[in-house]
Amino acid sequence: MKTVRIGSGAGYSGDRIEPAVELARDGNLDYLVFECLAERTIAIAQQSRLRDPDRGYDPLLVERMEAVLPEALSRKVKIITNMGAANPLAAAACVATIAGPIAHRLGRSLRIAAITGDDVLKRVQIGDYRLLESNRTVASLGARVISANAYLGASPLVDALTQGADIVIAGRVADSAMFLAPLSYEFRWRDDDWTRLGCGTIVGHLLECAGQITGGYYDNSGPQDVTALARLGFPLAEVDENGNCMITKVAGSGGGITVATCTEQLLYEIHDPQHYPVPDVTADLSGVQMKQQGADQVAVWGGAGRPAPEQLKVTVGILDGFLAEAEISYAGPGAVERGRLACEIVAERLRMTAGGFEDIRFDLIGIDALHGSRLSQRAEPPYEVRVRVAARSRASCDAERVGREVEALYTNGPAGGAGVRRSVREVLSIESCLVPRRHVRPEVRMQEIGQ
Amino acid sequence: MKLYEIAHARAGDKGNISNIVVVANTSEDYAMLEAVLTATRVKAHFEDLVMGAVQRYELPNLMALNFVMHSSLQGGVTKSTALDAHGKSLSSALLNLTL
Repeated sequence: MKTVRIGSGAGYSGDRIEPAVELARDGNLDYLVFECLAERTIAIAQQSRLRDPDRGYDPLLVERMEAVLPEALSRKVKIITNMGAANPLAAAACVATIAGPIAHRLGRSLRIAAITGDDVLKRVQIGDYRLLESNRTVASLGARVISANAYLGASPLVDALTQGADIVIAGRVADSAMFLAPLSYEFRWRDDDWTRLGCGTIVGHLLECAGQITGGYYDNSGPQDVTALARLGFPLAEVDENGNCMITKVAGSGGGITVATCTEQLLYEIHDPQHYPVPDVTADLSGVQMKQQGADQVAVWGGAGRPAPEQLKVTVGILDGFLAEAEISYAGPGAVERGRLACEIVAERLRMTAGGFEDIRFDLIGIDALHGSRLSQRAEPPYEVRVRVAARSRASCDAERVGREVEALYTNGPAGGAGVRRSVREVLSIESCLVPRRHVRPEVRMQEIGQ
Repeated sequence: MKLYEIAHARAGDKGNISNIVVVANTSEDYAMLEAVLTATRVKAHFEDLVMGAVQRYELPNLMALNFVMHSSLQGGVTKSTALDAHGKSLSSALLNLTL
């Protein structure tokens, strides 16, 4: 029976690079997918494109492709990625300059596809597009809205593969669609074959966070029984024509694949397991079963699906004020008490000197910073403590005040305040709205290089 | 007994919602957890952190319970002032629950 082998080369924009090279070289892959575009990442990329029309793609695109393409292209492994971010056309041009000499050396031609059409900013800026989180219209936020990108499904990626693409570079496309597309293409799945589309989406969901399924972020709160995390291998799936799969990794790489790691990842960021809507299908995870078939081999079957949602989800990036963070440490006898006193002083000073905050919090790192005082049981006073003050404000001058007041503790606060670090960044918040499918028109732009 | 003695867990974030999947080590452990680890129990454990409702989904095939905790991330990763804006460490906090 024909199977397709798909590797996952990145779980987020800044992920490690060597595991993808290892997969391309030793994974016997047909496809290697790079998921590098979190919701906020595309809004940041849009800002970068506004500053320079030739940018706006993933900042590690060049480094990743220079490392991976020689191994991938010489083995005819096709690449699919969302590293195009806010500018897939510029990203494709950039990849062409890297792939060109490799294609020449291999004596073959290459097709590179850019997928556009996810940018719907102009459309949602007018009319009555409501944000699901706040019930405001996008239009009411005016120039604070800096990006709006619809989640595309697998079909433009399938079109690109049908046209012979060796490398497919998209922007905002559903993560799972990048894995579903090669399956739909290879097995000629119909776009209303909901069961198979559901299974293919589940394969994508399992793989899209890369190292999280091979033992990274496996929390059993005991001694970690996952080995060699510093050389964690990234996963691959061997998928059959019905969408059932085996999750595995390159032999000899670090980490481990078990029913436990796969179950955690299956439900990662899932709400109702019977109802996981993506652009291509509403996947149903509730009947999924798994079995350990061998070392680092888990069989997955039993996925299902129902018709796709009628509308597409749009990620809207909104400029939303400023976030300040500042920290200072205390050590030795009375460190915690001095830390608490420092918090009180900064709170009082900010009431005197700053215009107001939408939110402000004071943490003692090592004491109560993560989960508050009730859940944070502590046996003995620690030797040192780090005070953290974080606040969100409309005005940047108020945000700047936070760091100034914490820094002033050096000479005006409790004794021995040490190691101040301070920062202010602009808040780019993300909300969502829905658009009818007919308003989103994906396009494939193909270029051929070499030969 | 602590939850971590019989289960493992993973937290994920979407907007202002955190979900934690709790996976039992054995089918006996799963049956026990299905009976005692209710949404109400989890909401009480996180009373300082979870402002909204907690829903529980059962996946007996996988010996897993999925807890969806609304209004639990102080606005979500993009605007939260929290040190752990994703809520990545919430799984560890839940595993520390005394059964």
